[in-house]
Amino acid sequence: MTGPLLQVRGVETYYGKIQALRGVDLDVENGEIVALIGANGAGKSTLMMTICGSPRARSGAIRFDGSDITAAPTHQIMRSGIAQAPEGRRIFPRMSVMENLQMGAAVTDMTHFADDLERIFAMFPLLRKRSGQRGGTLSGGEQQMLAIARALMSRPRLLLLDEPSLGLAPIIVRQIFAAIRDLNRKQGLTVFLVEQNAYHALKLAHRGYVMVNGAIAMTGTGAELLAREDVRAAYLEGGHG
Amino acid sequence: MAAGPAPALAAAPAHSLRAGIIDALIAAFIALAIAAPIIGLRTVSLEGGLALTTRWGAVAIAVAVVFAGRLALTLLWWPRHKPARRDSAGRRLLARARDSGLAERAMLLLAPALLIFAIALPATPFADRYVLDIGILVLTYIMLGWGLNIVVGLAGLLDLGYVAFYAVGAYSYALLATHFGLSFWICLPLAGFLAAMWGLILGFPVLRLRGDYLAIVTLAFGEIIRIVLLNWYDLTNGPDGISRIPRPSFFGLEFDRGEGGFAAFFGIGYSSDHRIVFLYYLILALALLTNFVTLRLRRLPVGRAWEALREDEIACRSLGINTTATKLTAFATGAMFGGFAGSFFATRQGFISPESFVFLESALVLAIVVLGGLGSQIGVVIAALVMIGGFELFREFEQYRMLVFGFAIVLIMVWRPRGIIASRTPSIFLKERKSIGAESVGEGRG
Ligand SMILES: Nc1ncnc2c1ncn2[C@@H]1O[C@H](COP(=O)(O)OP(=O)(O)OP(=O)(O)O)[C@@H](O)[C@H]1O
Ligand SMILES: [Mg+2]
Repeated sequence: MTGPLLQVRGVETYYGKIQALRGVDLDVENGEIVALIGANGAGKSTLMMTICGSPRARSGAIRFDGSDITAAPTHQIMRSGIAQAPEGRRIFPRMSVMENLQMGAAVTDMTHFADDLERIFAMFPLLRKRSGQRGGTLSGGEQQMLAIARALMSRPRLLLLDEPSLGLAPIIVRQIFAAIRDLNRKQGLTVFLVEQNAYHALKLAHRGYVMVNGAIAMTGTGAELLAREDVRAAYLEGGHG
Repeated sequence: MAAGPAPALAAAPAHSLRAGIIDALIAAFIALAIAAPIIGLRTVSLEGGLALTTRWGAVAIAVAVVFAGRLALTLLWWPRHKPARRDSAGRRLLARARDSGLAERAMLLLAPALLIFAIALPATPFADRYVLDIGILVLTYIMLGWGLNIVVGLAGLLDLGYVAFYAVGAYSYALLATHFGLSFWICLPLAGFLAAMWGLILGFPVLRLRGDYLAIVTLAFGEIIRIVLLNWYDLTNGPDGISRIPRPSFFGLEFDRGEGGFAAFFGIGYSSDHRIVFLYYLILALALLTNFVTLRLRRLPVGRAWEALREDEIACRSLGINTTATKLTAFATGAMFGGFAGSFFATRQGFISPESFVFLESALVLAIVVLGGLGSQIGVVIAALVMIGGFELFREFEQYRMLVFGFAIVLIMVWRPRGIIASRTPSIFLKERKSIGAESVGEGRG
């Protein structure tokens, strides 16, 4: 079957009694970059985590590559070809950069480790220089690179990125987004990213979704969404041009 | 600066190592002069008056401690805290690099030195029964510390009830041996297995807990085990405990005066010390096994997953690590070594009762792990030596013992908030092995 790589249908997620997702529908096609934007607390991170199975969707269905993963255990979902760089980077602070990368490859049989490492270092040369350093001593931007690199070590087909530009200087944001674009164009990696930085995200993405209050409010190509007055007013502060 | 540093850098460590040893020898000599009359000679009152006894073994220990301590201070501690000399910044940097390289090398030497010392101890002249008993005690705590280190130090799961597994191991051996006449060597793996099962039993309900909550539940677990042992009179004989637990044999040879005994078999004169020496090597071997397995596991995926779990559980899950299995294996592995140590304890004592498995024991082992520097194997050794050895040295000042003990803990924590050995060596490297020091980081003091 040739459906979308990731298909989310009517997903509802609760934290106790609080409903965080109210029937989310969303598709990510093979080879696409899809951006999800929305206000703070809209439920973007919750959707990311629900795809990974923690927390679990109370109703609705999530399919990855044709198979239903709604009820699969998290560690199995993360072994089926999805990788995530979670919100707030969450690298292992007391482990070296090298060990962090190794943890990323933990689900693989490690036969490609050396090759993958070279590929990653070619993409983020800074990480090679820092490979013996403790993760916790990296700068914010370096940590973000490490988080993405670590996720890539499992050779995913779908990369989930939760706010990769959080707290980074504009130049670093551009570097990271350039790296994401490269991954997509040269290696055909499918990327689904959540962003506050709506302008950059929609510029980068083929398509975008806007989430409001736990449901998808708008969708369209990146350029379409960027052109809409309501999107510009709500998420771009009229500042970017 | 262009020509000078290279040869200087190469020559300096050897030079300052020698200077350090000479300095430590002088300190040891002074200690000898002071300790010989104060510690070495003791008056005992007999009927007819006072008599002198000598305790040269204790003097030797005191001198050795001073020597090792002084050397450790010069190599590890003072270099980093000397006021900066009025040199160029480059020189100072070089000096620091040299010092830390030296400290690292000294650390590398420390482990083999301690190992050789441990193996040679029973052969040294001052190894009387008392010294060996202390040695066995220290090694037992080192083993417990290493076992708990897997759970607390590596996996980051704060366990305040570790003594429960020690108790399970001890009672397993005692009951199996007294009821079914099974030998120590058969009971040892069984005890480890049973303790590991209890580790899983504890692990399941606390899977979702972390930090303070986990600590409280494990504390309760430890108490529950003790109270069950106390009240299940039919099985455990309650507060009266189990006595006449068989002593271990040397692969079937009993340590007795009889025909088929150890001494007769080897054609040597009987001595009650044979058993002590045997027990000493037994616990040394068990402890080394614990260490070896831990070091091995740290390089395997499961060991790395433990460490990652300590760092960040959510990140672990997002990387596809099965955190449930990871936690349970940590609990079970740690518990297993606790069980081994427990059956050793039972066979050594010949008698066990619930009184040996109180919360204070858990606290002591945890203190050894924390003071040693969470996750550091050599740190556990140093902390156990200092704490258990220190405890024994201060035996004569009974009422001040706890005071000194508490004071020492506070001092260590002020001096090194992350434990004595606060660096960890990464398990993989790009080119060369380099430990990651605590000095270079400000985060994670808690
Ligand atoms: N663990 C939790 N327990 C209870 N409520 C939660 C939890 N995590 C998130 N929420 C709630 O769910 C809602 C959605 O949160 P979520 O983190 O998904 O927002 P977000 O869109 O990622 O926001 P931001 O852009 O600020 O990261 C919020 O109202 C939040 O308070
Ligand atoms: Mg979020």
